[in-house]
Amino acid sequence: LKCTEKYICCLSFQSKSDIISTVEFNHTGELLATGDKGGRVVIFQREQESKNQVHRRGEYNVYSTFQSHEPEFDYLKSLEIEEKINKIRWLPQQNAAYFLLSTNDKTVKLWKVSERDKRPEGYNLKDEEGRLRDPATITTLRVPVLRPMDLMVEATPRRVFANAHTYHINSISVNSDYETYMSADDLRINLWNFEITNQSFNIVDIKPANMEELTEVITAAEFHPHHCNTFVYSSSKGTIRLCDMRASALCDRHTKFFEEPEDPSNRSFFSEIISSISDVKFSHSGRYIMTRDYLTVKVWDLNMENRPIETYQVHDYLRSKLCSLYENDCIFDKFECVWNGSDSVIMTGSYNNFFRMFDRNTKRDVTLEASRENSKPRAILKPRKVCVGGKRRKDEISVDSLDFSKKILHTAWHPSENIIAVAATNNLYIFQDKVN
Amino acid sequence: MLSKGLKRKREEEEEKEPLAVDAWWLDPGHASVAQAPPAVASSSLFDLSVLKLHHSLQQSEPDLRHLVLVVNTLRRIQASMAPAAALPPVPSPPAAPSVADNLLASSDAALSASMASLLEDLSHIEGLSQAPQPLADEGPPGRGIGGAAPSLGALDLLGPATGCLLDDGLEGLFEDIDTSMYDNELWASEGLKPGPEDGPGKEEAPELDEAELDYLMDVLVGTQALERPPGPGR
Repeated sequence: LKCTEKYICCLSFQSKSDIISTVEFNHTGELLATGDKGGRVVIFQREQESKNQVHRRGEYNVYSTFQSHEPEFDYLKSLEIEEKINKIRWLPQQNAAYFLLSTNDKTVKLWKVSERDKRPEGYNLKDEEGRLRDPATITTLRVPVLRPMDLMVEATPRRVFANAHTYHINSISVNSDYETYMSADDLRINLWNFEITNQSFNIVDIKPANMEELTEVITAAEFHPHHCNTFVYSSSKGTIRLCDMRASALCDRHTKFFEEPEDPSNRSFFSEIISSISDVKFSHSGRYIMTRDYLTVKVWDLNMENRPIETYQVHDYLRSKLCSLYENDCIFDKFECVWNGSDSVIMTGSYNNFFRMFDRNTKRDVTLEASRENSKPRAILKPRKVCVGGKRRKDEISVDSLDFSKKILHTAWHPSENIIAVAATNNLYIFQDKVN
Repeated sequence: MLSKGLKRKREEEEEKEPLAVDAWWLDPGHASVAQAPPAVASSSLFDLSVLKLHHSLQQSEPDLRHLVLVVNTLRRIQASMAPAAALPPVPSPPAAPSVADNLLASSDAALSASMASLLEDLSHIEGLSQAPQPLADEGPPGRGIGGAAPSLGALDLLGPATGCLLDDGLEGLFEDIDTSMYDNELWASEGLKPGPEDGPGKEEAPELDEAELDYLMDVLVGTQALERPPGPGR
């Protein structure tokens, strides 16, 4: 893919009320899950391409909606636990059912999503309302028969992994062994077995003995896509640690430590805040990691710890506005970043409903906008440009006109095709590249 | 959304810190200037950070990342302000350090459990002389913790070997921040454990109720009495 390919909108979905807080394709790209602030999960399914409509590639329709998490009250601390879904991660499909993990601040749940298109009928032990009939009236025994019914998709919670996190969960990651997964909060990372809910194994703990000494928190964590013993976690100080679980049971000591030295010409009081990593993602190949901090996206080679191999400026025009962004707390916004299927293009969000794509090979980049006005069905997305100073061209938007309440924090890329999902507040957009 | 109209005075040239504290969004002509490393932070940036910290701590469960980043930034600002000339009076962080400890600690389940039972007891008793209930039994801290127990790993905080957050109490997070400029006899004279010197209370920290502050202070004092065997005080 060249990121200068044109994108068209093929779905625009508005959640009833809530801000979308996570977006994730499954491993085949057939399903797309979104989680929202109200604890709901909505799953979209790509319809099968029909022979009749060759030009219409499969479009996404709502497949299932369920309430994953409810608000809880922690009586011990007198605290309300938000139902907001922080992350969703799919398990690879192993049978007809689909499985995903969804988490709020404290509890991870494993959901099974399965289809039912048959119903047993013909019970003669029960009447129509399901009440048992008087045995005296039953003279024969009939085996119920399965009859087709309208397709029903049901979601059932199969496991609840609770009470293992004192702090807020920011990441979950399924291991390549498909038997374990990890959950990370501000100070600790726990390893779980899918089958066991009453125990988890703590593998990283950065909590200091005295909380007064706390200067750094964990911001994101992910397992290596192929090596089930390897994972990375990022910190609020802009560092990434790669850990090998074979080295020791407790991975407080890292195997590799990735940090870029600070650029003295760019030093400010906000240097640390803008260096805080908000997302870390392994490339599909497993050779690289990508990190997102406030102003940039960086690509790191696992074999080089002292600096990233590539740095992309997402919205450098904000560098001179950091004080204002600190005042309105925007500087603390946590943007995610994603790879495309071939690891050749990376994507991340920005403000004003803008999102950016960077082509690693051609070094070209593009800014696109996800908004209702620009996303009529099949409309082609027009590249956008932010004007930094001086004369503003007709189609450009000036920095001072950007809407900082419209932030694209969550995006997802189909595992093999050029289909992207972009969450803009409570709207979900799916764009795909234009097929000629 | 950009916050509205906290319009500040334009800094004097000598004190000017290049961080554009003035409301750039109200002034479309304001050029985006590359920042030179600031020599001295303006006091308004300090105030802003203190306010942020205050606000963060007032959440029932503070966002730890936000808190840590604000505190670290505050430290940087204070470090650069140290040699500065007289600064205008600032809304002090008087309650902030103590509340910081209290609320940071309260994100630990076991500590919160003891606090909760403490608060419950305090609501039934008059005066502070009566000792509150003993802390809930603590299991051993460690790895491979059973998922059911809420007291994960928080227990080392209360262990005798390591300094208890409440033992160190009110120095807390701000041990290295010099808050002596906020000294106020009002607090010292109350006979409460001297923590980070507390500044004037209610008028300048309107977000924290005086009554609420008193209550929290009492609880901390009460808990400290619990932690220590009777004997010479600190």
